Amino acid sequence: MTFNYEVDASVPEMAGRASTEFKSVLKQLGVSAKVIRRISIAMYEGEINMVIHANGGTITCQVDENQIEIVMADVGPGIPDLDLAMKAGWSTASPQARELGFGAGMGMPNMKKFSDEMEVETQIGVGTTLTLRFNLAA
Amino acid sequence: MVVRDLLDLKELKLLQEADLDAAISGGYMGDLLSVVMGEAEEEQLWITIQSHVNVVAVAALKGIPAVIIAHGYEPDEETLAKAKEEGITLLSTELDPFSIAKKLILEKGL
Ligand SMILES: Nc1ncnc2c1ncn2[C@@H]1O[C@H](COP(=O)(O)OP(=O)(O)O)[C@@H](O)[C@H]1O
Ligand SMILES: [Mg+2]
Repeated sequence: MTFNYEVDASVPEMAGRASTEFKSVLKQLGVSAKVIRRISIAMYEGEINMVIHANGGTITCQVDENQIEIVMADVGPGIPDLDLAMKAGWSTASPQARELGFGAGMGMPNMKKFSDEMEVETQIGVGTTLTLRFNLAA
Repeated sequence: MVVRDLLDLKELKLLQEADLDAAISGGYMGDLLSVVMGEAEEEQLWITIQSHVNVVAVAALKGIPAVIIAHGYEPDEETLAKAKEEGITLLSTELDPFSIAKKLILEKGL
């Protein structure tokens, strides 16, 4: 099963809609609460990044028997130094984003921590595609 | 302890009521959403100075049943509506985060 979401960056306060919607889907599918929480946290961080760093994008969630794969694609500025971006506390978030409580520099580390696999493809001026995978097998 | 047990604290104002029988075991204080995302635990009471709608999103995703917005900051209509939709109880206080946490510990044994 595939679920698609558009992430609109025009209202940063509203970011998190896709993660919240997909969370309800997972609940209906009977995925365990523990796994749902990990997925929600990681997907939320990815969604926020699309909003505050990349002007929005699309999220595709593929649910299979043994795995859930979440692909978050944007056509934003790309990430110049991925090692730095993965560091806890590193952030280039704007003052406006920080005022809303974003920009702790914990998004990428949280995604790494709460997913089973994380892949980032990024190119300056082209965009970023982030893939998160979660194992469902017990 | 459940959410209902907090309501008689005179420093707290109930802004949006959800499941008042939801369990609370401990609390978490923070205003950086990603830190709260990473560190807070399910069933904790969250004290923050953020008052916009993403607070509700974070609480819902983490399984946090109730949020206290400190320093008298007021959430907007959208935030209240989202809290209703997501089943999150929103409270506010004029106190700062430390002072309300102290009261919750001393007077409620949280
Ligand atoms: N989708 C993205 N497009 C462009 N830059 C990004 C993207 N995601 C993350 N980044 C960069 O990586 C940094 C670290 O991201 P993160 O750990 O989520 O922290 P934060 O979002 O709080 O700044 C960001 O500040 C930004 O510079
Ligand atoms: Mg981030």
